[in-house]
Amino acid sequence: MSSDQDHLKETDTEARFEFKKEERSSFQADKGLTEETIRVISEDKDEPEWMLKRRLRALEQFQEMPMPTDWPGQPDLSEVDVDEIVPYIRPDVETRESVDDWTDLPDDIKDTFDKLGIPEAEKNALSGVGAQYESEVVYQNMQERWEEKGVVFCNMDEAVQEHEDLVREHFMTKCVPPSDNKFAALHGAVWSGGSFVYVPEDTTVEMPVQAYFRMNSEGMGQFEHTLIIAEENSEVHYIEGCSAPKYSAFNLHSGGVEVFVGEDAHVQYSTVQNWSKNTYNLNTKRALVEEDGRMEWISGSMGSKATMLYPSSVLKGRGASDNHITIAFAGEGQNIDTGAKVYHNAPNTKSTIESKSISKDGGRTNYRGLVHIADGAANSSTSVECDALMFDNESTSDTMPYMEINESTVDVAHEATVGKIGDEDVFYLQSRGLDDDDAKQMIVSGFIEPITEELPIEYAVELNRLVELEMEGSLG
Amino acid sequence: MATLQINNLHAKVAEEGGESILRGVDLEVESGEIHALMGPNGSGKSTMAKVIAGHPAYEVTEGTITLVLDDEDLADVDEEVPPEKREWDLLDLEPNERAALGIFLGFQYPAEIEGVTMTNFLRQALNAKAEEREELFEDEEDEADAEEDGAGYDTSPMEGEADEGEIGVAEFQQLLKEKMELLDMDEKFAQRYLNAGFSGGEKKQNEVLQAAILEPAIAVLDEIDSGLDIDRLQDVSKGINALRDEQGTGVLQITHYQRILDYVEPDTVHIMLDGEVVMEGDADLAVQLEDEGYDWVREQVYETA
Repeated sequence: MSSDQDHLKETDTEARFEFKKEERSSFQADKGLTEETIRVISEDKDEPEWMLKRRLRALEQFQEMPMPTDWPGQPDLSEVDVDEIVPYIRPDVETRESVDDWTDLPDDIKDTFDKLGIPEAEKNALSGVGAQYESEVVYQNMQERWEEKGVVFCNMDEAVQEHEDLVREHFMTKCVPPSDNKFAALHGAVWSGGSFVYVPEDTTVEMPVQAYFRMNSEGMGQFEHTLIIAEENSEVHYIEGCSAPKYSAFNLHSGGVEVFVGEDAHVQYSTVQNWSKNTYNLNTKRALVEEDGRMEWISGSMGSKATMLYPSSVLKGRGASDNHITIAFAGEGQNIDTGAKVYHNAPNTKSTIESKSISKDGGRTNYRGLVHIADGAANSSTSVECDALMFDNESTSDTMPYMEINESTVDVAHEATVGKIGDEDVFYLQSRGLDDDDAKQMIVSGFIEPITEELPIEYAVELNRLVELEMEGSLG
Repeated sequence: MATLQINNLHAKVAEEGGESILRGVDLEVESGEIHALMGPNGSGKSTMAKVIAGHPAYEVTEGTITLVLDDEDLADVDEEVPPEKREWDLLDLEPNERAALGIFLGFQYPAEIEGVTMTNFLRQALNAKAEEREELFEDEEDEADAEEDGAGYDTSPMEGEADEGEIGVAEFQQLLKEKMELLDMDEKFAQRYLNAGFSGGEKKQNEVLQAAILEPAIAVLDEIDSGLDIDRLQDVSKGINALRDEQGTGVLQITHYQRILDYVEPDTVHIMLDGEVVMEGDADLAVQLEDEGYDWVREQVYETA
């Protein structure tokens, strides 16, 4: 066991996570959603007219659509009252884009990270510049190199101004239109912040593009939008991390992610997210994949009171492929409803879904998946594997895999396992010197290993740490 | 020389009205010795192994299990160890604390843990053991100091272990390599997941490897010879002899068969019947059992009883 783990156990974990900071904001929209609120947001961001129109149209759609209530076993959303939501808070940090230097961050925000025990390397990735902040220096160097190749990586609000044509063409038009679902519509109306990534043809971005810092410096908007456009034969790995609890009054997170995978392009989207336990986490994430393109979704969903999240890929072009790896963790009072959707709309398309969930102390995890193989998508194949691990008899886990197969020459495999953490396994490890907690931790780390091995080391460490804290029940 | 003393041990299945399995076991094993514990199926041998290690499925209703340590066993402890910390009542301790004091249980059916490499597991186990030992032998004043020192974040987890007492990655790799060579184990083992997909023989070899790494004072090996072909039996036996010869481990070997005792010669053979050790003798006793079975033991015991 490392000294850090010790430390985590020894300190008062409640104090670390359940503290509240004085709200810091320079601008706050009124509660509830009205046309006026949307106009204020758009004006505050100095947006072009077309974006305001899209927001207002999305607002209408949001108001027209009913709340989802009749899905089998879905999380209870009756508490989600949009009239009580403050949709927009602009953080009172000097620059709105991102914070350049860790030391420039207000003390209470820095203190938040300290209490969380965010290690130095992550703080660096989150914020800093200068000799001791290597990640950031690397990032800037890379950015220059990318810029020369025409790669764009910036804040989404900024992208609306600087890359208007690209955004106008792709933003919530063909990938995730606001009409997709009620929360996509909400997102379309009030979105703020997020990342914009554009990779031109024949360009490979060798290092992962990381948006960890951005989430935190912009972070108070919980309706961030991520738009990734990978042109033909390009390659990029985008990582979004968010482990800090949100120090704001929001209790609804409704993000939107749109990914365009061009012909022969390869995009990997990885995220490790942890939300405070009063948060409803209702997102829409989708990729459109052209011929021979490849999309990979890797996600760890932690925290939140309820999560509904099903990253999806539409395999439009012949030979397109998709790979999903997801992990969910639900503790007391939590319902994590997550999974994946894949539409095989062309021949020779291929998908794999690997889903892992852990539940304890009465937590509930659902795997909800949809694999649709369209008529004409001949010679396509899909493989779905769901594993659920439970700590106790109070916890529940359901697997709801929907398969819609409209083509005969396809290869479809589904496999699900459900298990309880075995007393014999724990005892075995204990007899080798590990205490009860460490033994369980080791079993869970092994269980999620297929996911952590896909992530860069700092995210793998982060994910393991989060799981460990969840297991101690210490995240507030 | 550590001594494991079992006196009048009674244990039952830990549930309401659970079956009573051990009915007054007396047994003593010293480090550096090899003992064989034999007996027919259902006589309570495996239960005893688990009770020694602290398995929660069993409840001790009477008797004691004591581990007595001497200077040699405590050579790694920096401070002067007071008399009260030289004799431990194992029944008061958690399984991991027993492991830290030097008890090892080799399982008949070891758990398979996916996603955890052998290297990772063994290093963590070794570090956990060292840490637990420190806590067990630390006096209370130091304990309070240590807690104070623990406050605050000193290092990033990405930089690896910082505590002086813990074994580093490179040092551990070397140790593991040596021990695996000793047991003729393929290097590839180190990167495989703990017992996952191991053959029966590989699992048994792995149990011995763990004992070689953790260097226990007393190792209880539960039917380590079951399911082994002759080559593997020889490898495993070689490993067990090395445990005794190279690190002075005392071995309590639970077995049905004389076969393994041809390679690992016991100093003492104990025979268990119906939850009690009813007869003890030297290596010849095992040979006699092989020839004549348990009936004569039963007859002799019940006639004298």
